[in-house]
Amino acid sequence: MADPILEIRGLTKRFGALTVSDAIDLDLKPGEIHALIGPNGAGKSTLIKQICGDVQPDAGTIRFAGHDLSGETVAERARRGLARTFQVSSVAPDLTALENVMLVVQGASHGTFHFFRPALADAALTGPAREHMARVGLKGREAVPASILSHGERRRLELAMALAMQPRAFLLDEPMAGLGPEGSVELTAILSDLRHEAPILLIEHDMDAVFALADRISVLVYGRIIATGSVDEIRNNPDVQSAYLGEDA
Amino acid sequence: MFREWMVNLALVALLLAVPLAANAMGEPFIVTLATKVAIFALAGVGLNIALGYGGLVSFGHAAFFGIGGYAAGILASHAQNYEPLMTWPLALDGTQQMLIIWPVAIIASGLAALVIGVLSLRTSGVYFIMITLAFAQMVFYFAISWPAYGGEDGLPIYVRDRFPGLNTLDPLQFFAICFLWFLAAALFSAMLSRSRFGLALHGARQNAERVRSVGIDPYRLRLAAFVISGMITGLAGALYADLNRFVSPSMLSWQTSGEIMIFVILGGVGRHFGPLAGAALFILLEHNLGGVSEYWKFLLGLLLLLVVLFAQGGLIGVLTRRSRHG
Repeated sequence: MADPILEIRGLTKRFGALTVSDAIDLDLKPGEIHALIGPNGAGKSTLIKQICGDVQPDAGTIRFAGHDLSGETVAERARRGLARTFQVSSVAPDLTALENVMLVVQGASHGTFHFFRPALADAALTGPAREHMARVGLKGREAVPASILSHGERRRLELAMALAMQPRAFLLDEPMAGLGPEGSVELTAILSDLRHEAPILLIEHDMDAVFALADRISVLVYGRIIATGSVDEIRNNPDVQSAYLGEDA
Repeated sequence: MFREWMVNLALVALLLAVPLAANAMGEPFIVTLATKVAIFALAGVGLNIALGYGGLVSFGHAAFFGIGGYAAGILASHAQNYEPLMTWPLALDGTQQMLIIWPVAIIASGLAALVIGVLSLRTSGVYFIMITLAFAQMVFYFAISWPAYGGEDGLPIYVRDRFPGLNTLDPLQFFAICFLWFLAAALFSAMLSRSRFGLALHGARQNAERVRSVGIDPYRLRLAAFVISGMITGLAGALYADLNRFVSPSMLSWQTSGEIMIFVILGGVGRHFGPLAGAALFILLEHNLGGVSEYWKFLLGLLLLLVVLFAQGGLIGVLTRRSRHG
């Protein structure tokens, strides 16, 4: 078994009396899609924020590609190859779709402090950016301002931006949110292909997508991981059924 | 409607044609007004890089404008009085040579912007506005209370500083210097806006969290933008000192900060040539209405209100019918 790329041990975070992360252990292994599911308020977003560096944990460690991430900023972690998409689409609205992706290529190549050459004439930026857009099916939408894109297109733009980071792991925070059934199916195919690029930690409410995509599933309830296992193991786990899947399963 | 580059070209052509015609008709005062427009527009180009591209609402750009002005004034006053600027550790004399004064003004205001930026860019929103204002007021009161360079009375420059091969006392030749500086700065700012740096700066204005998440630190971007912005506004201050042949603390006052901001807003925030449109409109109003009533600023306020409420793209936005910039 290959060493995990992301290794979380004993991660704990309290907001006052509320323990939102309770000694969480979680791994992400190369080539896998590891889905994190749980009811609203289970602490999924807080967990993602701690991995990205938005929120500092009270205890526990997060190791990424062999490095301890504690004390590193969001930007530093991103440069290590941690690509995150947001629960609510987060793009620069007045920049075009292509410019949004170019910005990411630029961040990954450490070449921001160039003051003279027009960025749009810079093939080192536009080339990869166009490629990533084509990969998520946004070919032909390059010159459209991000604010004009449809909701589904914006989610795919997010993925193109994540791809452009040439990441060592994806953190996808509800990529299916707000997509219709058709959009979900399309995105599921794109995500399934993406795991060959880098492993994915997937937070998602859409159970069809989770069951179709995930190699492993962890269930988070009230800040605790109550079960980790394959799709079938989770489906048949009585604790999970009572805590979360309920009558749906 | 018109394309933005057509509007820009027309504005620049107008700025060039008016003083040429006025000079031919023997109206040096109009040439001086046009020079003032070019200098104010240059100061606005500086602020626009911070305010328009970076979204940094600096209410303290008078500090850079004034520091540039004092750099010119102090160097010139030492040259006039034959007093060395310092004797230890280096023996430095004052100078009236613009080729030395400009770099000194640019570096001095750039350093001030670095110090002010390092501290104030840790805040945002209203706090940023207030801290930049506070720093500018500190510089203002320092200038008032420093008797060596005129204190409250200001500092005269008896003969306008020199430029090799030109007679800077000739209004048209001095205008040419200010015009070329404005044009160079405006073109530089347009280039900056389209560069990798500009792309990241625009991105950070619209969505700082996103820019941070791709590994670019918005703080460093903004600091660089703020310093470049301060340098350009400082250069404008040095030219303004030479235009008036006088430097006073009023260049450092918060009203000056507000006026530079008005140039940018009237012309269109983030438009590369917006500060020219704004400064020209401001001077036109001041010149034409100022003679009619001393309450002309009431009308200016009304205009500003209309722009903010109904035409956020400013004058250039109205002429091009596009509200998006970038």
